Amino acid sequence: MKPWRQLGLAALAVVTLSAPVQAADVVIGMRSEPSSIDPYFHNLGPNNGMLGQVFDRLTDWTPGMDKIFGRAAESWKAINDTTWEFKIKKGIKFHDGSDLTVDDVIYSYERADGYEGGNSSFRTYTKGKTLKKIDDYTLHIMTDSPYPLMPNDTTTVMIMSSEAKGTGAADKNKGISAKDFNDGTAAIGSGPYKFVEWKKGDRIVLEKFDGYQGSMAQPWDKITFKFIKAEPARVAALLAGDVDMIDNVPTSDIERLKNEPKVSLSSGVSNRVIYLHMDQFRDSSPFVTTKDGKPMDKNPLKDARVRKAISMMINREAIVERVMEGVAIPAGQLLPEGFFGRSPNLSAEKYDPAGAKKLLAEAGWGDGFGLTIHGPNDRYINDAKIAEAIGQMLSAQGIPTKVETMPKNVYFKRASKGAEGGLPEFSFVLVGWGSGTGEPSSPLKSLLATHDKDKGKGASNRGRHSDAKVDSLLDQALATVDDTKRAALLAETTDLAIGKNQGIIPLHYQVNTWATRKGLKYNPRADERTTGIDLVPAN
Amino acid sequence: MTVAQDNMDVAVAAHGDDRDKFEGVQTPFRRFLSDYCESKLAVIGFFVISAITLVAIFAPLLAPTDPYDLASVSIMDSRLAPGQAMMTGTTAHLGTDGAGRDMVSAMIYGLRISLGVGIGSGVIAMVIGISVGLFSAYAGGRVDSVVMRIVDIQLSFPAILVALILLVTLGKGVDKTIIALVVVQWAYYARTIRGTALVERRREYIESAVCLGLSERRIMFRHLLPNCLAPMIVVGTMQVAHAISLEATLSFLGLGMPQTEPSLGRLISNGFEYIMSGKYWISVYPGIALLVTIVSINLVGDRLRDVLNPRLQK
Amino acid sequence: MSVFIIRRLLQAGLVVVVMSFIVFSGVFMVGDPIEILVSDDADQEERDRMIKSMGLDKPFIVQYGLFVAKAVQGDLGESFVFNEPALLLILDRMPATMELAVVALLIAVVFGIPLGVWAGLKPDSLASKSIMTGSILGFSLPTFWVGIMMILLFAVYLGWLPSTGRGDVQVILGMPISVFSWDGFSHVLMPAVNLALFKLSLVIRLARAGTREVMHQDYIKFARAKGLSDSRIILIHVMKNIMIPVVTVLGLEFGGLVAFSVVTETVFAWPGMGKLLIDSIGQLDRPVIVAYLMIIVFLFVFINLFVDILYSLLDPRVRLQDVKA
Repeated sequence: MKPWRQLGLAALAVVTLSAPVQAADVVIGMRSEPSSIDPYFHNLGPNNGMLGQVFDRLTDWTPGMDKIFGRAAESWKAINDTTWEFKIKKGIKFHDGSDLTVDDVIYSYERADGYEGGNSSFRTYTKGKTLKKIDDYTLHIMTDSPYPLMPNDTTTVMIMSSEAKGTGAADKNKGISAKDFNDGTAAIGSGPYKFVEWKKGDRIVLEKFDGYQGSMAQPWDKITFKFIKAEPARVAALLAGDVDMIDNVPTSDIERLKNEPKVSLSSGVSNRVIYLHMDQFRDSSPFVTTKDGKPMDKNPLKDARVRKAISMMINREAIVERVMEGVAIPAGQLLPEGFFGRSPNLSAEKYDPAGAKKLLAEAGWGDGFGLTIHGPNDRYINDAKIAEAIGQMLSAQGIPTKVETMPKNVYFKRASKGAEGGLPEFSFVLVGWGSGTGEPSSPLKSLLATHDKDKGKGASNRGRHSDAKVDSLLDQALATVDDTKRAALLAETTDLAIGKNQGIIPLHYQVNTWATRKGLKYNPRADERTTGIDLVPAN
Repeated sequence: MTVAQDNMDVAVAAHGDDRDKFEGVQTPFRRFLSDYCESKLAVIGFFVISAITLVAIFAPLLAPTDPYDLASVSIMDSRLAPGQAMMTGTTAHLGTDGAGRDMVSAMIYGLRISLGVGIGSGVIAMVIGISVGLFSAYAGGRVDSVVMRIVDIQLSFPAILVALILLVTLGKGVDKTIIALVVVQWAYYARTIRGTALVERRREYIESAVCLGLSERRIMFRHLLPNCLAPMIVVGTMQVAHAISLEATLSFLGLGMPQTEPSLGRLISNGFEYIMSGKYWISVYPGIALLVTIVSINLVGDRLRDVLNPRLQK
Repeated sequence: MSVFIIRRLLQAGLVVVVMSFIVFSGVFMVGDPIEILVSDDADQEERDRMIKSMGLDKPFIVQYGLFVAKAVQGDLGESFVFNEPALLLILDRMPATMELAVVALLIAVVFGIPLGVWAGLKPDSLASKSIMTGSILGFSLPTFWVGIMMILLFAVYLGWLPSTGRGDVQVILGMPISVFSWDGFSHVLMPAVNLALFKLSLVIRLARAGTREVMHQDYIKFARAKGLSDSRIILIHVMKNIMIPVVTVLGLEFGGLVAFSVVTETVFAWPGMGKLLIDSIGQLDRPVIVAYLMIIVFLFVFINLFVDILYSLLDPRVRLQDVKA
């Protein structure tokens, strides 16, 4: 147990430091609108970001995702292999004036766990956990097997007042409908901001909660979030002074905004890596062809040397400079510097066309072959342009590559299960992965572990990479509560799966950029969330 | 390409027929020509659109680079300002786009796709429309009323929505965009040709053809159809402009053309990203090209309508 | 008469049914909503639960049957994304779109008719030639391009108007309306002008054609001969005659205006139905897409039905023709 896990004192300092209290309103232009005010309805970035300001969680991440600090929880520790003890802070008030106790936490976790209907739920984080009340301010969470990621998981589920509307009714969603949240009746949390109103498609308004007891900053009296999806329109709104800040600044505008005296930029690396997955399970892959586009009965992508050669043909610096306008960091593994459980041995593959050719020849593919790269065009920053750049680079070096991009609503279905038998349809895909748990265990489990529906592993393993050694190392890591040992195991797994096997080709870590008017600054969040709390006056 | 080609034939004829002028014969065509030329703008429009069509046809010869050959396009050349040199040494006179394509080449090829899609869909829609319309007018009675009901219903739905939903369902690509545009256009042709056919049918030359005992089919296609062509040309011209504009709009909404083979509309919407950052050339130049194309076609179409519409002839 | 109305009603009903099937099957062929809605961390069990809770595990025909059974009772399904009835979501957004469309229509009429009449009265003057060329431009300019150019000019460079969004809303006669405050008006101005451009050209052309036609009629010549002033002739006789085609066409085109607001709303982030449709397509919120399209189908079918009945009342020949067929 590291000291920071006990109590996020340092983190508190980081969070509270920046904001002198000041009476003011602020308007934020956001790209994505949440889908509900119900904190259990949808485990989705915009929802989690927005509602995290209204509802507390037991624990939470600092903006840089380097530390976990306590929100409703004062401290936490593993008291034995399968039990974690959480101490709840005393004196926390909900927006309706009632006290936050263990009962509310259990109520909230039960509601999250039993949520009927709706979308991607929080059950992923509540599953297999038993909550037990010891007293009003002490909570035990028990699991069947050792569970090291407990404080990470408790950064997800939000806590609402059990008295918000009809206490603990037996009915499926405890008698509260989405509408009760969206009109504010049931949106009773204990976070630094109160929910005021939501005009769908237009804005959400939050107001400072005067009775807030926690450690997070409350830099504004009223925060208005306006939803402006179109990129140029969002930039225009900032330049016209209609909003004080915008998120997801298009990379194409960064250079111009830098020179704009009215605007300052804040950017920070995110927990999202953009990578390529290659078909490693079919002998005849549909989008791997001969150079002139005829089908082949051999699949060069099954050879780790070919995968490495492709990686070497990609000029990551050029992509970062020319496509991302300098706002991305070339990647060699699953998470950027500073994150837990990274491998110290892996850095971004060097651009080496000559070496790549040699390696290809060594693998028996010196004459090259044809490929098609598939990617989404509305999911990641500049996704379609990255795919096109890769198509250019491979085409220029003897692997003629076609580029096909499509909207995410079509793309992901085909990429995951578009071929017969629910197999991935494509041979060579561009995807991204944001690690919500802040360590490589989640991408390792989903992207590189052998695809196994029953075990819940390899769910997004769209290349079907499979190595028994990787699987067993990962299983071991997932059961190790000791942080130092787990970090080492995760690093070793990464070394094997990416460094040696080239199971995926990491391209770069996404860097997110926020633009504010002069006089403000945003503490960039690695989880890509946009909040009013992290927007503070510049000194 | 038929519509544009027709126009070109007209142009060729206009210059080749000079001797008629001296003989002073007032053929219907000569009258049409002199009426048409009364509007200078329409004449300019005609020459511009002819030039644009030639550029589109000879794109591979005229474009300095091949913007669709990924191996020769490099992101290292991306977003060059107009006049800068690319890595290959070619000067990008109108700059390069976000992927490193020379704008001049991309626009020439984009024009080709835009015109191709516009005219291609127009021709297919016209063939379908003419067949359905003539058939309907020919059959008459219940068949006619059912067909025209379908046409009315189709026309009552806004083209943009129909095309949008079709493309959401079908996906991207030149072929799919053409299908969507044909679906939203055929009914215009069908209604126009049917209306004209019903009027023409009562004319004497048809009656005399019937008296001669010619087959109905022969009457329809050899006698009726050629006399119905004037309104079809007007509708066709306007529809081609409409189709090009619609394709650009669909591309803007993220549907339509694939990104590696951009049409003009796709180029504009790609360039929108950069418009706030001062890299105006990526969307402004294709925007102007699109505008000039559509305006010229509409000028021609507008004049044709005035000239061919008997009601407005004093 | 009643036979005619019943026939037309049956036809309209048939169209709605056919369209519902086409729309439903079309939308349900596309993509997989689960892939959009699921979080990265979710495992297979969670995915299966979602599939079941959305009813996507059932065969297509069963899904369509369930949809129809509910639709008959006025329930067009629940949004996948918002978990609220799709119909309510759309109705919630409808006033904003209607407001935009009505303002656009007003702009088109208020500016279009005088310009068109002018061009019709003096067809050979330079001014009216410019008006007509301008109207061709209005036809030709793609809406989205004009929209962004307007934002650039009026919001960014000149700073006169807000760039996007809708202003403060007041409830007037039970309708949430924003145009009556300065804030609201300044927000609606740009998108409304943008949306109006196309219709403006149309009105100019209709008014011009109408005027030209009317001016050659005998009764105008007669009025002239009687010594009526030009302004009186224009105001009373010409206006009366051009208003009929203008009103008819605009009535029919109102639906088109609503549909085309899809583009304008996307450019100006106007929180109306059109933007909801584009957002829903992006997120594959099938029930909302289907509900939107069904509302549009309904709207159009019944506008047409109304017009048909109206015509048949005015012109008995239409009715007779139909009965004969």
